[in-house]
Amino acid sequence: MYATSYHRTSSVDEAVNLRASQDEGRYISGGMTLIATMKQRLAAPSDLIDLRHIAGLKGITVKGRTVRIGAATPHADVASSVEIRALCPAICNLAGMIGDPHVRHMGTIGGSVANNDPAADYPSAVLALNATIITDRREIPADEFFQGMFETALQDTEILTAIRFEAPDKAGYAKFANPASRYALTGVFVAKTASGVRVAVTGAGSGGVFRVPEMEAALGASYLPESVAGISVDPGLLMEDMHATAEYRANLVRVMAKRAVQSSL
Amino acid sequence: MAKVTLTVNGRAMAGECDDRTLLVHFIRDRLGLTGTHVGCDTTQCGACVVHMDGKSVKSCSILAVQASGSTVTTIEGLAVQGELHPVQAAFNQHHGLQCGFCTPGMVMTAVDMIARHGGQLDEATVRQELEGNICRCTGYHNIVKAVLSANEQMHGAQRQAAE
Ligand SMILES: Cc1cc2nc3c(=O)[nH]c(=O)nc-3n(C[C@H](O)[C@H](O)[C@H](O)COP(=O)(O)OP(=O)(O)OC[C@H]3O[C@@H](n4cnc5c(N)ncnc54)[C@H](O)[C@@H]3O)c2cc1C
Ligand code: FES
Ligand code: FES
Repeated sequence: MYATSYHRTSSVDEAVNLRASQDEGRYISGGMTLIATMKQRLAAPSDLIDLRHIAGLKGITVKGRTVRIGAATPHADVASSVEIRALCPAICNLAGMIGDPHVRHMGTIGGSVANNDPAADYPSAVLALNATIITDRREIPADEFFQGMFETALQDTEILTAIRFEAPDKAGYAKFANPASRYALTGVFVAKTASGVRVAVTGAGSGGVFRVPEMEAALGASYLPESVAGISVDPGLLMEDMHATAEYRANLVRVMAKRAVQSSL
Repeated sequence: MAKVTLTVNGRAMAGECDDRTLLVHFIRDRLGLTGTHVGCDTTQCGACVVHMDGKSVKSCSILAVQASGSTVTTIEGLAVQGELHPVQAAFNQHHGLQCGFCTPGMVMTAVDMIARHGGQLDEATVRQELEGNICRCTGYHNIVKAVLSANEQMHGAQRQAAE
Protein backbone atom coordinates (compact mmCIF):
# COMPACT_ATOMS: atom_id res chain seq x y z
CA MET A 1 0.00 0.00 0.00
CA TYR A 2 1.26 3.50 -0.80
CA ALA A 3 1.57 6.01 2.03
CA THR A 4 -1.55 7.93 3.01
CA SER A 5 -2.72 10.29 5.75
CA TYR A 6 -5.68 9.29 7.87
CA HIS A 7 -8.22 11.72 9.33
CA ARG A 8 -11.04 10.81 11.67
CA THR A 9 -13.99 13.18 11.48
CA SER A 10 -17.00 13.57 13.71
CA SER A 11 -19.39 15.54 11.49
CA VAL A 12 -20.41 15.61 7.83
CA ASP A 13 -19.45 19.31 7.52
CA GLU A 14 -16.00 18.67 8.91
CA ALA A 15 -15.49 15.81 6.47
CA VAL A 16 -16.67 17.80 3.43
CA ASN A 17 -14.45 20.77 4.30
CA LEU A 18 -11.44 18.54 4.76
CA ARG A 19 -12.10 16.70 1.51
CA ALA A 20 -12.49 20.02 -0.35
CA SER A 21 -8.98 21.02 0.74
CA GLN A 22 -7.41 17.93 -0.90
CA ASP A 23 -6.99 16.92 -4.53
CA GLU A 24 -6.38 13.23 -4.06
CA GLY A 25 -8.31 12.52 -0.87
CA ARG A 26 -10.99 9.84 -0.53
CA TYR A 27 -13.72 9.14 1.96
CA ILE A 28 -13.50 5.81 3.74
CA SER A 29 -16.41 4.07 5.40
CA GLY A 30 -16.09 0.31 6.06
CA GLY A 31 -12.99 0.09 3.87
CA MET A 32 -14.04 -3.33 2.59
CA THR A 33 -13.60 -2.11 -0.96
CA LEU A 34 -11.16 0.77 -0.55
CA ILE A 35 -8.54 -0.84 1.74
CA ALA A 36 -8.61 -3.98 -0.39
CA THR A 37 -8.03 -1.81 -3.48
CA MET A 38 -5.23 0.15 -1.80
CA LYS A 39 -3.51 -3.09 -0.78
CA GLN A 40 -3.39 -4.02 -4.45
CA ARG A 41 -2.00 -0.55 -5.21
CA LEU A 42 -4.95 0.04 -7.51
CA ALA A 43 -5.83 3.15 -5.50
CA ALA A 44 -3.44 5.59 -3.85
CA PRO A 45 -5.38 8.34 -2.09
CA SER A 46 -3.18 10.99 -0.44
CA ASP A 47 -5.65 11.23 2.43
CA LEU A 48 -8.38 9.08 3.91
CA ILE A 49 -11.30 10.81 5.59
CA ASP A 50 -13.04 8.36 7.89
CA LEU A 51 -16.84 8.61 7.99
CA ARG A 52 -17.39 5.57 10.20
CA HIS A 53 -17.39 7.52 13.47
CA ILE A 54 -19.92 10.18 12.44
CA ALA A 55 -22.92 9.39 14.65
CA GLY A 56 -25.45 11.03 12.30
CA LEU A 57 -24.55 8.66 9.45
CA LYS A 58 -25.41 5.50 11.37
CA GLY A 59 -28.61 3.72 12.14
CA ILE A 60 -31.98 2.67 10.82
CA THR A 61 -35.24 4.56 11.30
CA VAL A 62 -38.66 3.32 10.28
CA LYS A 63 -41.65 5.70 10.34
CA GLY A 64 -44.88 4.21 9.05
CA ARG A 65 -43.79 2.56 5.81
CA THR A 66 -40.80 4.85 5.25
CA VAL A 67 -37.41 3.23 5.84
CA ARG A 68 -34.24 5.31 6.23
CA ILE A 69 -30.85 3.63 6.44
CA GLY A 70 -27.86 5.79 7.41
CA ALA A 71 -24.91 5.56 5.00
CA ALA A 72 -22.50 4.20 7.63
CA THR A 73 -24.84 1.37 8.66
CA PRO A 74 -23.03 -1.96 8.24
CA HIS A 75 -24.54 -4.76 6.14
CA ALA A 76 -24.90 -6.94 9.27
CA ASP A 77 -27.20 -4.37 10.90
CA VAL A 78 -29.50 -4.26 7.87
CA ALA A 79 -29.50 -8.07 7.64
CA SER A 80 -30.57 -8.39 11.29
CA SER A 81 -32.96 -5.42 11.50
CA VAL A 82 -36.29 -6.67 12.88
CA GLU A 83 -37.95 -3.37 11.93
CA ILE A 84 -36.95 -3.54 8.27
CA ARG A 85 -37.66 -7.27 8.08
CA ALA A 86 -41.27 -6.64 9.08
CA LEU A 87 -41.71 -4.32 6.07
CA CYS A 88 -39.25 -5.45 3.42
CA PRO A 89 -37.48 -8.74 4.22
CA ALA A 90 -35.93 -8.83 0.73
CA ILE A 91 -33.40 -6.10 1.53
CA CYS A 92 -32.45 -7.86 4.81
CA ASN A 93 -31.91 -11.09 2.86
CA LEU A 94 -29.82 -9.21 0.29
CA ALA A 95 -27.61 -7.66 3.00
CA GLY A 96 -27.16 -11.11 4.56
CA MET A 97 -25.84 -12.46 1.24
CA ILE A 98 -23.04 -9.89 0.89
CA GLY A 99 -19.56 -11.38 1.24
CA ASP A 100 -19.07 -13.08 4.61
CA PRO A 101 -19.87 -12.27 8.27
CA HIS A 102 -16.65 -10.26 8.78
CA VAL A 103 -17.17 -8.19 5.63
CA ARG A 104 -20.77 -7.56 6.74
CA HIS A 105 -19.57 -6.26 10.12
CA MET A 106 -17.48 -3.53 8.45
CA GLY A 107 -18.90 -2.86 4.97
CA THR A 108 -21.63 -0.21 4.77
CA ILE A 109 -24.60 0.54 2.53
CA GLY A 110 -23.25 4.02 1.78
CA GLY A 111 -19.90 2.67 0.64
CA SER A 112 -21.54 0.05 -1.51
CA VAL A 113 -23.98 2.44 -3.21
CA ALA A 114 -21.36 5.20 -3.66
CA ASN A 115 -18.93 2.71 -5.18
CA ASN A 116 -21.53 1.29 -7.62
CA ASP A 117 -19.56 -1.85 -8.40
CA PRO A 118 -21.32 -3.54 -11.35
CA ALA A 119 -21.47 -6.80 -9.34
CA ALA A 120 -22.54 -5.31 -5.99
CA ASP A 121 -25.88 -6.31 -4.50
CA TYR A 122 -27.29 -3.09 -3.01
CA PRO A 123 -27.56 -1.07 -6.25
CA SER A 124 -30.26 -3.47 -7.50
CA ALA A 125 -32.35 -2.97 -4.36
CA VAL A 126 -31.92 0.80 -4.40
CA LEU A 127 -33.00 0.99 -8.05
CA ALA A 128 -35.90 -1.49 -7.82
CA LEU A 129 -37.24 0.09 -4.62
CA ASN A 130 -37.12 3.49 -6.34
CA ALA A 131 -35.17 4.71 -3.33
CA THR A 132 -33.97 8.24 -2.73
CA ILE A 133 -30.25 8.78 -2.24
CA ILE A 134 -29.75 11.50 0.34
CA THR A 135 -26.48 13.45 0.37
CA ASP A 136 -25.04 16.34 2.35
CA ARG A 137 -26.49 18.74 -0.24
CA ARG A 138 -29.48 17.20 -2.07
CA GLU A 139 -31.76 14.24 -2.70
CA ILE A 140 -31.22 12.13 -5.81
CA PRO A 141 -33.78 9.66 -7.24
CA ALA A 142 -32.32 6.20 -7.89
CA ASP A 143 -33.11 6.45 -11.62
CA GLU A 144 -30.69 9.40 -11.88
CA PHE A 145 -28.07 8.16 -9.43
CA PHE A 146 -26.49 5.14 -11.14
CA GLN A 147 -24.62 6.28 -14.24
CA GLY A 148 -22.62 3.27 -15.41
CA MET A 149 -19.89 1.06 -13.96
CA PHE A 150 -18.47 2.68 -10.81
CA GLU A 151 -20.10 5.95 -11.96
CA THR A 152 -22.73 7.79 -9.93
CA ALA A 153 -24.30 11.24 -9.75
CA LEU A 154 -22.16 12.05 -6.68
CA GLN A 155 -19.82 15.02 -7.02
CA ASP A 156 -16.20 14.75 -5.82
CA THR A 157 -16.73 16.03 -2.29
CA GLU A 158 -20.36 14.95 -1.92
CA ILE A 159 -21.18 12.58 0.94
CA LEU A 160 -23.96 10.04 0.69
CA THR A 161 -25.69 10.34 4.06
CA ALA A 162 -28.67 7.95 3.83
CA ILE A 163 -30.90 5.81 1.64
CA ARG A 164 -34.67 6.23 1.99
CA PHE A 165 -37.51 4.20 0.49
CA GLU A 166 -41.18 3.40 0.90
CA ALA A 167 -41.76 -0.24 1.78
CA PRO A 168 -43.19 -2.06 -1.25
CA ASP A 169 -46.22 -4.40 -1.16
CA LYS A 170 -43.95 -7.24 -2.20
CA ALA A 171 -40.23 -7.57 -2.95
CA GLY A 172 -37.76 -10.35 -3.62
CA TYR A 173 -34.06 -10.73 -4.40
CA ALA A 174 -32.36 -13.67 -6.04
CA LYS A 175 -28.61 -13.87 -6.55
CA PHE A 176 -26.42 -16.27 -8.46
CA ALA A 177 -23.15 -15.76 -6.60
CA ASN A 178 -19.79 -15.92 -8.28
CA PRO A 179 -18.41 -19.12 -6.72
CA ALA A 180 -15.07 -17.49 -5.90
CA SER A 181 -15.83 -13.90 -4.89
CA ARG A 182 -19.48 -14.27 -3.84
CA TYR A 183 -20.32 -11.03 -5.61
CA ALA A 184 -23.34 -11.28 -7.90
CA LEU A 185 -22.66 -13.04 -11.19
CA THR A 186 -26.23 -11.94 -11.72
CA GLY A 187 -28.70 -10.68 -9.15
CA VAL A 188 -32.29 -9.52 -9.68
CA PHE A 189 -34.37 -7.42 -7.29
CA VAL A 190 -38.11 -7.18 -7.93
CA ALA A 191 -40.41 -4.73 -6.10
CA LYS A 192 -44.19 -4.36 -6.44
CA THR A 193 -45.97 -1.22 -5.30
CA ALA A 194 -49.34 0.44 -6.01
CA SER A 195 -47.72 2.30 -8.91
CA GLY A 196 -46.34 -0.83 -10.59
CA VAL A 197 -43.48 -3.30 -10.60
CA ARG A 198 -39.77 -2.46 -10.89
CA VAL A 199 -37.12 -5.02 -11.85
CA ALA A 200 -33.41 -4.17 -11.42
CA VAL A 201 -30.48 -6.37 -12.47
CA THR A 202 -26.95 -6.29 -11.06
CA GLY A 203 -23.83 -8.26 -11.97
CA ALA A 204 -24.80 -8.60 -15.60
CA GLY A 205 -24.98 -5.22 -17.33
CA SER A 206 -21.93 -3.78 -19.07
CA GLY A 207 -23.13 -0.38 -17.88
CA GLY A 208 -23.79 -1.47 -14.31
CA VAL A 209 -27.19 -1.93 -12.68
CA PHE A 210 -30.20 -1.61 -15.06
CA ARG A 211 -33.99 -2.01 -15.22
CA VAL A 212 -35.91 -4.39 -17.49
CA PRO A 213 -39.06 -2.57 -18.73
CA GLU A 214 -40.49 -5.66 -20.52
CA MET A 215 -40.39 -7.68 -17.30
CA GLU A 216 -41.87 -4.77 -15.35
CA ALA A 217 -44.82 -4.55 -17.77
CA ALA A 218 -45.41 -8.31 -17.77
CA LEU A 219 -45.30 -8.50 -13.96
CA GLY A 220 -47.53 -5.43 -13.75
CA ALA A 221 -50.15 -7.34 -15.73
CA SER A 222 -49.69 -10.61 -13.83
CA TYR A 223 -47.38 -10.84 -10.84
CA LEU A 224 -46.27 -14.46 -11.22
CA PRO A 225 -42.88 -16.10 -11.93
CA GLU A 226 -44.19 -17.46 -15.27
CA SER A 227 -44.79 -13.92 -16.50
CA VAL A 228 -41.07 -13.35 -17.07
CA ALA A 229 -40.33 -16.84 -18.45
CA GLY A 230 -40.54 -15.77 -22.09
CA ILE A 231 -38.70 -12.46 -21.77
CA SER A 232 -35.04 -12.22 -22.70
CA VAL A 233 -32.59 -9.37 -22.38
CA ASP A 234 -30.21 -8.55 -25.21
CA PRO A 235 -26.81 -10.24 -24.54
CA GLY A 236 -25.24 -7.35 -26.44
CA LEU A 237 -25.85 -5.17 -23.39
CA LEU A 238 -24.31 -7.62 -20.93
CA MET A 239 -20.84 -8.26 -19.51
CA GLU A 240 -18.70 -11.10 -20.74
CA ASP A 241 -15.68 -12.30 -18.78
CA MET A 242 -13.84 -15.44 -17.59
CA HIS A 243 -16.75 -16.22 -15.27
CA ALA A 244 -19.62 -16.21 -17.74
CA THR A 245 -20.55 -15.36 -21.31
CA ALA A 246 -23.12 -12.66 -22.08
CA GLU A 247 -25.60 -15.33 -23.24
CA TYR A 248 -25.20 -17.22 -19.96
CA ARG A 249 -25.81 -14.02 -18.01
CA ALA A 250 -28.89 -13.27 -20.15
CA ASN A 251 -30.31 -16.63 -19.15
CA LEU A 252 -29.43 -15.98 -15.51
CA VAL A 253 -31.36 -12.69 -15.61
CA ARG A 254 -34.51 -14.60 -16.54
CA VAL A 255 -33.96 -17.37 -14.00
CA MET A 256 -33.09 -14.99 -11.16
CA ALA A 257 -36.09 -12.79 -12.00
CA LYS A 258 -38.36 -15.83 -11.73
CA ARG A 259 -36.82 -16.81 -8.40
CA ALA A 260 -37.02 -13.25 -7.08
CA VAL A 261 -40.76 -13.10 -7.83
CA GLN A 262 -41.28 -16.58 -6.39
CA SER A 263 -39.49 -15.62 -3.16
CA SER A 264 -41.74 -12.59 -2.71
CA LEU A 265 -45.05 -14.47 -2.96
CA MET B 1 3.38 8.51 12.11
CA ALA B 2 0.23 8.04 14.10
CA LYS B 3 -0.39 7.05 17.67
CA VAL B 4 -2.70 4.08 18.06
CA THR B 5 -4.29 3.14 21.36
CA LEU B 6 -6.20 -0.09 21.77
CA THR B 7 -7.50 -2.26 24.54
CA VAL B 8 -6.23 -5.68 23.52
CA ASN B 9 -7.31 -8.76 25.45
CA GLY B 10 -8.26 -6.54 28.36
CA ARG B 11 -5.01 -4.55 28.48
CA ALA B 12 -4.55 -0.95 27.35
CA MET B 13 -1.84 -0.80 24.70
CA ALA B 14 -0.39 2.03 22.65
CA GLY B 15 2.07 2.24 19.82
CA GLU B 16 3.22 4.35 16.89
CA CYS B 17 2.87 3.30 13.29
CA ASP B 18 2.43 4.61 9.77
CA ASP B 19 -1.12 5.60 8.85
CA ARG B 20 -1.06 2.83 6.25
CA THR B 21 -0.13 0.08 8.74
CA LEU B 22 -2.74 -2.67 8.78
CA LEU B 23 -4.26 -3.68 12.09
CA VAL B 24 -2.94 -7.23 11.69
CA HIS B 25 0.63 -5.98 11.29
CA PHE B 26 0.24 -3.69 14.28
CA ILE B 27 -0.99 -6.60 16.39
CA ARG B 28 1.74 -8.96 15.23
CA ASP B 29 4.76 -6.69 14.86
CA ARG B 30 4.13 -3.95 17.45
CA LEU B 31 2.26 -5.87 20.11
CA GLY B 32 4.04 -9.16 19.49
CA LEU B 33 0.79 -11.13 19.38
CA THR B 34 1.57 -13.45 16.49
CA GLY B 35 -1.40 -15.80 16.87
CA THR B 36 -3.32 -13.73 14.33
CA HIS B 37 -2.20 -14.80 10.85
CA VAL B 38 -2.08 -13.37 7.33
CA GLY B 39 -3.07 -15.91 4.71
CA CYS B 40 -4.00 -13.88 1.65
CA ASP B 41 -3.84 -10.49 0.01
CA THR B 42 -7.47 -10.29 -1.03
CA THR B 43 -9.57 -10.17 2.19
CA GLN B 44 -10.83 -13.68 1.51
CA CYS B 45 -9.15 -16.27 3.76
CA GLY B 46 -10.09 -15.16 7.29
CA ALA B 47 -6.77 -16.23 8.92
CA CYS B 48 -6.60 -12.68 10.34
CA VAL B 49 -10.01 -12.58 12.06
CA VAL B 50 -10.07 -10.79 15.43
CA HIS B 51 -12.95 -9.20 17.33
CA MET B 52 -13.17 -5.42 17.27
CA ASP B 53 -15.69 -3.96 19.71
CA GLY B 54 -17.21 -7.41 19.99
CA LYS B 55 -17.57 -8.15 16.27
CA SER B 56 -15.51 -10.41 14.05
CA VAL B 57 -13.49 -8.47 11.47
CA LYS B 58 -10.67 -9.14 9.03
CA SER B 59 -7.72 -7.33 10.58
CA CYS B 60 -5.80 -7.43 7.29
CA SER B 61 -8.29 -5.02 5.76
CA ILE B 62 -8.53 -2.43 8.50
CA LEU B 63 -5.87 0.17 9.22
CA ALA B 64 -4.57 0.29 12.77
CA VAL B 65 -5.54 3.99 12.85
CA GLN B 66 -9.12 3.09 11.87
CA ALA B 67 -9.24 0.72 14.83
CA SER B 68 -7.66 3.15 17.31
CA GLY B 69 -9.80 3.60 20.40
CA SER B 70 -11.49 0.25 20.05
CA THR B 71 -11.43 -2.94 22.09
CA VAL B 72 -9.79 -5.88 20.34
CA THR B 73 -9.79 -9.56 21.24
CA THR B 74 -7.28 -11.86 19.56
CA ILE B 75 -6.82 -15.62 19.81
CA GLU B 76 -4.41 -15.04 22.72
CA GLY B 77 -7.25 -13.49 24.71
CA LEU B 78 -9.62 -16.46 24.72
CA ALA B 79 -8.10 -18.85 27.25
CA VAL B 80 -8.64 -17.92 30.87
CA GLN B 81 -5.71 -18.70 33.21
CA GLY B 82 -4.41 -21.45 30.98
CA GLU B 83 -7.81 -23.07 30.55
CA LEU B 84 -8.83 -23.35 26.89
CA HIS B 85 -11.99 -21.57 25.73
CA PRO B 86 -14.74 -24.14 24.93
CA VAL B 87 -14.26 -23.46 21.20
CA GLN B 88 -10.52 -24.08 21.44
CA ALA B 89 -11.15 -27.24 23.45
CA ALA B 90 -13.66 -28.46 20.85
CA PHE B 91 -11.18 -27.89 17.98
CA ASN B 92 -8.66 -29.92 19.96
CA GLN B 93 -11.12 -32.72 20.79
CA HIS B 94 -12.60 -33.03 17.27
CA HIS B 95 -9.29 -32.62 15.46
CA GLY B 96 -10.57 -29.45 13.76
CA LEU B 97 -7.13 -28.58 12.42
CA GLN B 98 -4.19 -30.05 10.60
CA CYS B 99 -1.44 -27.50 9.89
CA GLY B 100 -3.19 -24.97 12.15
CA PHE B 101 -2.62 -21.91 9.97
CA CYS B 102 -6.31 -21.07 9.56
CA THR B 103 -7.18 -22.08 13.12
CA PRO B 104 -6.92 -18.74 14.97
CA GLY B 105 -9.28 -17.17 12.43
CA MET B 106 -11.59 -20.19 12.49
CA VAL B 107 -11.79 -20.12 16.29
CA MET B 108 -12.43 -16.34 16.45
CA THR B 109 -15.09 -16.76 13.75
CA ALA B 110 -16.73 -19.62 15.66
CA VAL B 111 -16.84 -17.65 18.91
CA ASP B 112 -18.55 -14.74 17.13
CA MET B 113 -20.92 -17.08 15.26
CA ILE B 114 -22.00 -18.93 18.40
CA ALA B 115 -22.60 -15.66 20.26
CA ARG B 116 -24.69 -14.19 17.42
CA HIS B 117 -26.94 -17.22 17.00
CA GLY B 118 -27.72 -17.62 20.69
CA GLY B 119 -27.26 -21.39 20.53
CA GLN B 120 -29.41 -21.87 17.41
CA LEU B 121 -26.86 -23.40 15.05
CA ASP B 122 -27.17 -26.28 12.64
CA GLU B 123 -24.70 -27.71 10.16
CA ALA B 124 -25.98 -25.71 7.18
CA THR B 125 -25.76 -22.44 9.13
CA VAL B 126 -22.23 -23.19 10.33
CA ARG B 127 -21.08 -23.94 6.78
CA GLN B 128 -22.66 -20.75 5.49
CA GLU B 129 -21.14 -18.71 8.32
CA LEU B 130 -17.68 -20.07 7.44
CA GLU B 131 -17.96 -18.38 4.02
CA GLY B 132 -15.13 -15.98 4.85
CA ASN B 133 -12.67 -18.53 6.23
CA ILE B 134 -10.58 -20.79 4.04
CA CYS B 135 -8.83 -23.97 5.20
CA ARG B 136 -6.44 -25.72 2.82
CA CYS B 137 -6.09 -28.86 4.95
CA THR B 138 -9.12 -30.24 6.71
CA GLY B 139 -11.94 -30.28 4.19
CA TYR B 140 -13.97 -28.46 6.87
CA HIS B 141 -15.80 -31.52 8.26
CA ASN B 142 -14.06 -31.56 11.61
CA ILE B 143 -14.16 -27.78 11.86
CA VAL B 144 -17.96 -27.89 11.49
CA LYS B 145 -18.13 -30.71 14.06
CA ALA B 146 -16.01 -28.71 16.49
CA VAL B 147 -18.17 -25.58 16.12
CA LEU B 148 -21.39 -27.54 16.65
CA SER B 149 -19.92 -29.33 19.65
CA ALA B 150 -18.71 -26.06 21.23
CA ASN B 151 -22.16 -24.58 20.59
CA GLU B 152 -23.75 -27.51 22.43
CA GLN B 153 -21.24 -27.19 25.23
CA MET B 154 -21.93 -23.46 25.65
CA HIS B 155 -25.69 -23.39 25.02
CA GLY B 156 -27.02 -26.93 25.31
CA ALA B 157 -27.64 -26.88 29.05
CA GLN B 158 -29.26 -23.48 28.80
CA ARG B 159 -31.58 -24.72 26.03
CA GLN B 160 -32.58 -27.82 27.99
CA ALA B 161 -33.42 -25.66 30.98
CA ALA B 162 -35.66 -23.49 28.80
CA GLU B 163 -37.53 -26.45 27.30
C1 LIG C 1 -14.27 -10.66 0.57
C2 LIG C 1 -15.29 -9.64 0.13
C3 LIG C 1 -16.49 -10.07 -0.41
C4 LIG C 1 -17.44 -9.14 -0.81
N1 LIG C 1 -18.61 -9.60 -1.34
C5 LIG C 1 -19.55 -8.72 -1.73
C6 LIG C 1 -20.79 -9.17 -2.27
O1 LIG C 1 -21.07 -10.37 -2.34
N2 LIG C 1 -21.69 -8.25 -2.67
C7 LIG C 1 -21.43 -6.90 -2.56
O2 LIG C 1 -22.30 -6.11 -2.92
N3 LIG C 1 -20.28 -6.44 -2.05
C8 LIG C 1 -19.34 -7.31 -1.64
N4 LIG C 1 -18.17 -6.83 -1.10
C9 LIG C 1 -17.97 -5.37 -0.98
C10 LIG C 1 -18.54 -4.85 0.33
O3 LIG C 1 -19.94 -4.92 0.32
C11 LIG C 1 -18.12 -3.39 0.62
O4 LIG C 1 -18.38 -3.23 1.98
C12 LIG C 1 -18.85 -2.32 -0.08
O5 LIG C 1 -18.84 -2.48 -1.45
C13 LIG C 1 -18.20 -0.95 0.18
O6 LIG C 1 -18.62 -0.46 1.41
P1 LIG C 1 -17.58 0.11 2.44
O7 LIG C 1 -18.34 0.75 3.52
O8 LIG C 1 -16.65 -0.97 2.82
O9 LIG C 1 -16.87 1.24 1.57
P2 LIG C 1 -15.36 1.74 1.44
O10 LIG C 1 -14.50 0.64 0.98
O11 LIG C 1 -14.97 2.45 2.68
O12 LIG C 1 -15.55 2.80 0.28
C14 LIG C 1 -15.88 2.42 -1.04
C15 LIG C 1 -15.95 3.68 -1.93
O13 LIG C 1 -17.06 4.47 -1.59
C16 LIG C 1 -16.68 5.77 -1.17
N5 LIG C 1 -17.58 6.11 -0.04
C17 LIG C 1 -17.76 5.36 1.08
N6 LIG C 1 -18.73 5.89 1.84
C18 LIG C 1 -19.16 7.01 1.19
C19 LIG C 1 -20.17 7.98 1.49
N7 LIG C 1 -20.93 7.90 2.58
N8 LIG C 1 -20.35 9.00 0.61
C20 LIG C 1 -19.60 9.07 -0.51
N9 LIG C 1 -18.65 8.18 -0.84
C21 LIG C 1 -18.43 7.15 0.00
C22 LIG C 1 -15.22 5.68 -0.83
O14 LIG C 1 -14.55 6.90 -1.04
C23 LIG C 1 -14.74 4.60 -1.78
O15 LIG C 1 -14.47 5.14 -3.03
C24 LIG C 1 -17.20 -7.73 -0.66
C25 LIG C 1 -15.98 -7.30 -0.13
C26 LIG C 1 -15.03 -8.24 0.28
C27 LIG C 1 -13.75 -7.75 0.87
S1 FES D 1 -5.33 -12.38 5.65
FE1 FES D 1 -7.15 -11.34 6.11
S2 FES D 1 -8.61 -12.33 4.88
FE2 FES D 1 -6.76 -13.35 4.32
S1 FES E 1 -5.62 -26.54 9.15
FE1 FES E 1 -4.23 -26.04 7.60
S2 FES E 1 -5.25 -24.37 6.62
FE2 FES E 1 -6.74 -25.08 7.98
